[in-house]
Amino acid sequence: MTGKQMSDQSQSAASPDDVPIAETGPVLAADGRPLKQSLNRALRRQKLRALMLIAPLLIFILITFIAPIADMLFRSVENQIVSDTLPRTVKELADWKPDDAELPPPAAFAALYTDLFIAAEEKAHTRLGSRLNYEATGVSSLFRKSGRRVDNLGEDYVDAITAADAGWKKPGPWAVLAETAGSALPRFADVWGEFARVAKVNDKDPAGEKPWELLFVSLAEDLRAGGAAAYDGPLKRELDQITQALVEVAPVDYQAALVEIDAGWADRTVWATIKTYAPRFTPGYFLNAADMHLGPDGIALKPENQRLYVMLFQRTLIMSLSITLATILLGYPVAWLLANLPMRISNLLMILVLLPFWTSLLVRTSAWKVLLQQQGVINDILVWIGLVADDNRLVLINNATGTIIAMTHILLPFMILPLYSVMQTIPPSYLRAAKSLGANNWTAFWRVYFPQSVPGIGAGSILVFILAIGYYITPELVGGTSGVFISNRIAYHISTSLNWGLAAALGAILLAAVLLLYWAYDRIVGIDNVKLG
Amino acid sequence: MADQQRNDGFVVFDRVQKSYDGETLVVKDLNLSVGRGEFLTMLGPSGSGKTTCLMMLAGFETATHGDILLGGTPINNIPPHKRGIGMVFQNYALFPHMTVGENLSFPLEVRGLGKSQREGKIKRGLEMVQMGEFANRRPAQLSGGQQQRIALARALVFEPELVLMDEPLGALDKQLREQMQFEITRLAHELGITTVYVTHDQTEALTMSDRVAVFDDGRIQQLDPPDVLYEEPKNSFVAQFIGENNTLVGEVVEMHADKCTVRLADGEVFDAKPVNVQKVGDKTRVSIRPERVEYNKDRIPESAHTLKAEVLEFIYMGDIFRTRLRVAGNDDFVIKTRNAPDQPRLKPGQQIEIGWMPEDCRALDA
Repeated sequence: MTGKQMSDQSQSAASPDDVPIAETGPVLAADGRPLKQSLNRALRRQKLRALMLIAPLLIFILITFIAPIADMLFRSVENQIVSDTLPRTVKELADWKPDDAELPPPAAFAALYTDLFIAAEEKAHTRLGSRLNYEATGVSSLFRKSGRRVDNLGEDYVDAITAADAGWKKPGPWAVLAETAGSALPRFADVWGEFARVAKVNDKDPAGEKPWELLFVSLAEDLRAGGAAAYDGPLKRELDQITQALVEVAPVDYQAALVEIDAGWADRTVWATIKTYAPRFTPGYFLNAADMHLGPDGIALKPENQRLYVMLFQRTLIMSLSITLATILLGYPVAWLLANLPMRISNLLMILVLLPFWTSLLVRTSAWKVLLQQQGVINDILVWIGLVADDNRLVLINNATGTIIAMTHILLPFMILPLYSVMQTIPPSYLRAAKSLGANNWTAFWRVYFPQSVPGIGAGSILVFILAIGYYITPELVGGTSGVFISNRIAYHISTSLNWGLAAALGAILLAAVLLLYWAYDRIVGIDNVKLG
Repeated sequence: MADQQRNDGFVVFDRVQKSYDGETLVVKDLNLSVGRGEFLTMLGPSGSGKTTCLMMLAGFETATHGDILLGGTPINNIPPHKRGIGMVFQNYALFPHMTVGENLSFPLEVRGLGKSQREGKIKRGLEMVQMGEFANRRPAQLSGGQQQRIALARALVFEPELVLMDEPLGALDKQLREQMQFEITRLAHELGITTVYVTHDQTEALTMSDRVAVFDDGRIQQLDPPDVLYEEPKNSFVAQFIGENNTLVGEVVEMHADKCTVRLADGEVFDAKPVNVQKVGDKTRVSIRPERVEYNKDRIPESAHTLKAEVLEFIYMGDIFRTRLRVAGNDDFVIKTRNAPDQPRLKPGQQIEIGWMPEDCRALDA
């Protein structure tokens, strides 16, 4: 009675008649502003406060997590090293077709000489060599050898110029010439630009540095092309003198000289590789990660004996699925016990479930090594019981079996905890209701309890599967060769082969696969059905 | 016990005891016989053992000692799903992942009924509770009252002879609860099923039941039809628990077969009906229902016992007036009087004279 009276009172208080309501136009707040505007202002302040509260974490994650990942993923397509190191060569190769029967034009060899010389001064040629070596074997040593010997290609020019005036051995005149060359000596100006840049990188004054041989060569080439006539500076007399002297010097045949350094330069495939990987972005790493190769003739599958990654991806997927399945089978009964036992016992059980979390991953994995090896505890017991012959002990480690056993153990809590938290919310009265309606224990479980625990299975499976697919340490330690995952290969490329582009491509594919599976899961099961607690 | 003539002992508790921890008994020596078609309510405060009794009958708890018989056969060792007892749970326990139709279909499916048979029964079951339109809804899309109806239909759809209800209306608001009380009793009588109903709400127990078993401390304190229970409580617990009640503590000074005289602490002496007192000198609690006390001089009968009282509080409640008085040193003496034109309205502090008939005064145990 009194409750009803009170609710009647509150109703009448909620709809007072004396508040004026604007008859037309927008509703106004008490201060005369439109209500919408006031509301937005009030909400904006709330949002701003919320943003400020999460800002430290957001910034931390952006800097330490998102940015590095984005940078790594970018490396999977980035390919600036070729066009940065060999800019002139790439330009000269623009019109050359890799399927031509001929080698590139002489200008390309001349440009390669220039690029190689500068790269060698900067020690950049070995890096480019290793990069191109991913695509065509042998390129690395070709570049290293050429870089070593490219600096005495123009000896004749040096001799001629220093014979004309020994002053050119010193930096002095070069700096003067650089300042006054203008557009008369384009090759020289280009090389001087690089010379000055390299000097500055090394914190030196270009005007005091010993001139490169390449400077002599570029000047000689310019003067041969009639550069002295166009020059109009203080060194005009000297340049004329050199022009005279150069008449007697035979021009350098860059092609012949380079081929003499390494016969590789006469190989069209080397040039084709440079041309193919000249663009600033390349699908090459991704194709490599899919066991394909971008050659001069287009995309092709790698030879059978070089294919690796597709198989590794498949193995990673299948083994992760097996591990997920194993954790469901092992974790479900435990979670059920946890959710249904009296609090005191279930707390104890929960400690046992959480115990692995408090033990180092390495310790746990090493323990599995002790247990699973051929002379290990499990084999000893099996032999002792007589299930296994002593000379035929089971191979439980350093293969896929070892990886699955160890990882199932390590990832089990990630299945049990979400399952437990979902099962806790299922009231026992459902099972009782089912039984009172005539269902036996199994039917009551399967038709009533199990469907309600599916969100927990979903949450646990997503957690375990995503963790498993990127797992690295355990497969590395107990997986041998047949039990390693794609992540072990990624780690190898990051830390040993230093092919970061390929590692990034493999990682990107792994990320895409996880996102794809997540999307598919959302479509089939619905992510709203996933409960973590 | 009372009402034995139509009690054929369809459900029998025979000296049943139950203990959870081996130290204390939750149910102490329970003997109870429910007739076929009877609506029996187990009423009591929480912890009185009434739900435990229901769970033992349903098969979810096992009796520590004694037998439970259903239709003459002991069911102690029959698992719950083979007992064929319909049950309505406190929180309805409708399966959230099934539609209403699937919920009703469940008990029929596990009994192996064919599709056409099932559909007919589901349809009739839903119509029985006026929910025919809702077969394809999910429980979460229904209101509390609708869920309650579905739970009822599900417990009845497989035509059990016995239905157990564990505080089924506890989560509903007052109006809906009253409506459902009526509906449940109507269905129970129409279908002729035996119902054992557990509640702590005495109004529910009084309005719905053929008989009410009042539980306290693991025992049945009184088992009687509602009117007997209210009018003739056998002890002070029942008198206190059922309905509102005024208690005056005193001592028996004179004892006859159908009449005794009680003296209160302040010396007031009056006659009462002896129910639970044996001899002169016994301490007693005298129980008087608030609506059996009059203060309007014209309405107090000649033979009534009258005494002085002071008004402490006067509450206007529409249909009745509720007045709190100080009577014989007791500050919590409440009387209820009908709102009639000749009924004077009282003011706090007013001195009045009240009166009651000796037969409305029941001398109970102290």
